[in-house]
Amino acid sequence: MSGGHDLGGLSGLGPIAPEPESSEPVFHAEWEKRVFALTMASGSLRRWNLDESRHARERQHPADYLRNSYYENWLAGLETLLVEKGLLSVKELATGVSQDEVSDKEITPLQASDVPQVLSRGGPVEMVIERGPCFTLGDRVRVCSQDPKAHTRAPVYVRGRIGFIKEHHGAHVFADQHARGQREGHHLYGVAFSSNELWGGPENGETEFKVMVDLWEPHLELA
Amino acid sequence: MADHDHSHEHDHDHTEPPGDLELKVKALESLLVEKGLVDPAALDVLIETYEHKVGPRNGAQVVARAWAQPQFKEWLLRDGAAAIASLGFTGRQGEHLRVVENTTTVHNLVVCTLCSCYPWPVLGLPPVWYKSAPYRSRAVSDPRGVLAEFGTALDPDIEIRVWDSTSEMRYLVLPQRPQGTQDWTEVQLAALVSRNAMIGVEKAQQPEDGTAA
Repeated sequence: MSGGHDLGGLSGLGPIAPEPESSEPVFHAEWEKRVFALTMASGSLRRWNLDESRHARERQHPADYLRNSYYENWLAGLETLLVEKGLLSVKELATGVSQDEVSDKEITPLQASDVPQVLSRGGPVEMVIERGPCFTLGDRVRVCSQDPKAHTRAPVYVRGRIGFIKEHHGAHVFADQHARGQREGHHLYGVAFSSNELWGGPENGETEFKVMVDLWEPHLELA
Repeated sequence: MADHDHSHEHDHDHTEPPGDLELKVKALESLLVEKGLVDPAALDVLIETYEHKVGPRNGAQVVARAWAQPQFKEWLLRDGAAAIASLGFTGRQGEHLRVVENTTTVHNLVVCTLCSCYPWPVLGLPPVWYKSAPYRSRAVSDPRGVLAEFGTALDPDIEIRVWDSTSEMRYLVLPQRPQGTQDWTEVQLAALVSRNAMIGVEKAQQPEDGTAA
């Protein structure tokens, strides 16, 4: 699905106005720290994966997604998943009062002593699959133009556009399906697009540039 | 969440967070602790890790070593994750690292147009501007304009390559080594490597900038 999160090529969003690197704090408020950590700790309960987490943020109304700050979007996604996965009820979330004293006995919360190991382990997504890759380096490919109804990592600005296979990263868990809880491997490619293909001919003396996008085999067809 | 003031031009400015968010997040944390879903001590360790331990000084060490040791650089460009792991930087959001090199003919720039994907083990958590709508929208359509906002001007002949982090591959830019640093140690070299240079919005600092003096 497209939505408020799929921003490549949008105009009118104003200047970047970066804070100076030397003085920018990692977090800008105490609540941001807690939202970050609550999201990480809740994620470690393994009731959802990273793509489900992304999808939960993206499913907000685009106006909300764009108006919210970054960690407000994290908070909204976390609340959605806690309810959908049955860890909290809507009433508990609204009142802040636990309705049910007995929590799921199978759940072991992330312990402080386990944090380094959990972070170090990460979540590798490379897979060994039987099928060989459909494309080889240099192939001319077109990105599927359909907008899937659910989560996808093929951004709108490359849909229907022609690019060239520049890299083969092996088989990775296919994010679009992973967001529906299915862990299936597909070959992943680095696809190069020219700015002329994406945005039309050079205007105002702009020189051509390349955009590299990682796309899975189901996103692509030979062109 | 709509009852606090947001200016659209500065919606990343959170120096004065609204009190209702503080309260809302505190309530959620209490509820999750009461339900036995999170341990507050683990939250503190997570925050401490990314606020003080994992950050762009890690990436600067990687870059400095690549500048100083040609064999390491060759390994880094061929198998970024393994070469970086040899310096002890591994784990979450760095499982599949790829290093892209700036040269006299190519300049690389990293973005995530769909969310905020970023190589945590070498750069820490991303800055606000990297996660902002203006950067995510324009990095892929107007990279030279974006670079200009960071005060970075490139020769028109240089090819810009923008890397949109749409998969779990994570990209780190190896900036060009500044002139006049032949005899420098890795520690001295690392001081020239800003976080922004490893995202690709700036170049490495020059010795005359005085940052490594």
